[in-house]
Amino acid sequence: MTKIAVQIDDLTVAYNYKPVLWDIDLEIPEGVLMAIVGPNGAGKSTLIKSILGILKPIAGSVSIYNKPYEKQRQLVAYVPQKGSVDWDFPTTALDVVMMGTYGSLGWIKRPGQKQKKAALEALEKVGMLPFKNRQISQLSGGQQQRIFLARALVQNASIYFMDEPFQGVDATTEIAIINILKELRKAGKTVIVVHHDLQTVPEYFDWVTFLNVKKIATGPVKDIFNDDNLTKTYGINYKVSIQE
Amino acid sequence: MDLTEYIKLVFTDYTLRTITLGTAILGAVTGMLGSFAVLRKQSLLGDAISHAALPGIAIAFLITGAKDSNILLLGALISGLIGTFWIRGIISKTHLKSDTALGLILSLFFGFGMLLLTFIQKQPNANQAGLDKYLFGQAATLVESDVWMMAIVTGLCLFVLLLFWKEFKILLFDADYTKTLGFNTKLIDILITSFIVLAIVLGLQTVGVVLMSAMLLAPAAAARQWTNSLSIMVFLSAIFGAFSGVFGTAISASQNNLSTGPVIVIIAGVFVLVSFIFSPSRGLLFKQIRFLKNRRDLQLHKTLAFMFRIAETHENISHPHAIKILNNFQGFTKRTLQKLVSKNYVKLDGTMWSLTEKGFKIASNLYNQQNNNNE
Repeated sequence: MTKIAVQIDDLTVAYNYKPVLWDIDLEIPEGVLMAIVGPNGAGKSTLIKSILGILKPIAGSVSIYNKPYEKQRQLVAYVPQKGSVDWDFPTTALDVVMMGTYGSLGWIKRPGQKQKKAALEALEKVGMLPFKNRQISQLSGGQQQRIFLARALVQNASIYFMDEPFQGVDATTEIAIINILKELRKAGKTVIVVHHDLQTVPEYFDWVTFLNVKKIATGPVKDIFNDDNLTKTYGINYKVSIQE
Repeated sequence: MDLTEYIKLVFTDYTLRTITLGTAILGAVTGMLGSFAVLRKQSLLGDAISHAALPGIAIAFLITGAKDSNILLLGALISGLIGTFWIRGIISKTHLKSDTALGLILSLFFGFGMLLLTFIQKQPNANQAGLDKYLFGQAATLVESDVWMMAIVTGLCLFVLLLFWKEFKILLFDADYTKTLGFNTKLIDILITSFIVLAIVLGLQTVGVVLMSAMLLAPAAAARQWTNSLSIMVFLSAIFGAFSGVFGTAISASQNNLSTGPVIVIIAGVFVLVSFIFSPSRGLLFKQIRFLKNRRDLQLHKTLAFMFRIAETHENISHPHAIKILNNFQGFTKRTLQKLVSKNYVKLDGTMWSLTEKGFKIASNLYNQQNNNNE
């Protein structure tokens, strides 16, 4: 039996009075590449942020490999939405990737040669090594996304949470990113991705969670990625064709 | 007193030296911390904090009846902190946006402070005169102990800044991500904010409640123009702040005792203006020059490419054309053609223009070049 990487019990999150996530129970097995899909406002980003403790849930608990999330932080890496930061911040690509090492360093300790080496390796993996000294505002959207990915790779985590990594990137970057994600899966890592493009779900992912405030369904793409679940999630009739 | 006399006096006159040193240190510490406020998009926070400090000054005076600046500034610190944390509370607990919360606290505290000041002025206590100097500041009241105080706070601030540099930097760039790494972001945030409050309170005596926020923002805004590195930005900002203090004091002391605070702020403003215009990478001047140059280059390239297209349809690449024909297509100016002649890309024969061998070669490579540039 495969291990459970992430377990979520009774998670409920509300901004003010309206629940954004309602009583979510979710088990994510180790080693899957999972898409979270759902319409705008379904709570996809909120789910990730609550798992990571960025948002405080009203109720519920999250455990990573059977222990509370707070004790397992070093196993988890996060790739936020690209638009969540100010890219005019005075810093370089390499510097941003180095930030991925700050967690393992802890308070006060400065990054050294070892951290720099790890960051350069991650930059190479995402094909951004030639841009290491670029000011981050001078990178294209796709390049910025790769920098964020490299920053998470540096953390050398077991579980990766990514919030719409394909948003606003061109086809070349999208392929480059998905190849890295597939490599992570091959290395036994668990990757959870908030995803918008339903067309590419069967091609990119092997696991999927349908979310619309409540959890609609979760499981292998080949079993549950069907018109029935799509209609339940999006509320209108969807027709998709899944290649066998 | 003229400027040379002032320079001589700075080294000999105790009072002037104290004031100059004080404003320089103040400029450095506010400039340093201002970088953080600007990068966090909390530019208005400084304004709110300084205004929120006013009632603290008045209340401290009412309680102690003394005008000891340390006690008054302690009052300012407390009420500044209360104001700041109310702002944070309002933002996190209500629907109100941060600018609304800032504006609300700023005017409420300032209003209350003014109320207390007028109340104090009506008191039959001879001691009350001069409290209103905190509105616009009065550098002349700085004494040695004030400067010591500033130096200690600046040293402490520098120490904390170097110690938690990594934490400050990552929080400024990406707070959510910082949280996922296991850092207590609230603690880092409180640390930065407290130092900003402290620096502002220190400056109230010199620059005053109303203008204090400029000391925080102007050096940082100027510094941002010159660098793409956070550490250099903080350093430059401190330098700009310190020089604003020194120049401001020099000018105000040598020109009929103009009020020091406003002069310092204006000098800081000059730093901003110069930076906005003359910075090589972000400044308006060089941006405009680059823009014009690029456009001129493109115009030349386009003319060349156009002549190349015609030349391709002729057997002889140097087939001459009258400018009228060229004009008929897209209105190319004689000037661009003449420029091409001077580069030896185009030949003028009587009134007929023709592409040279060199021009043909350059033009045939243009398309490839442009493609390479785009990659």
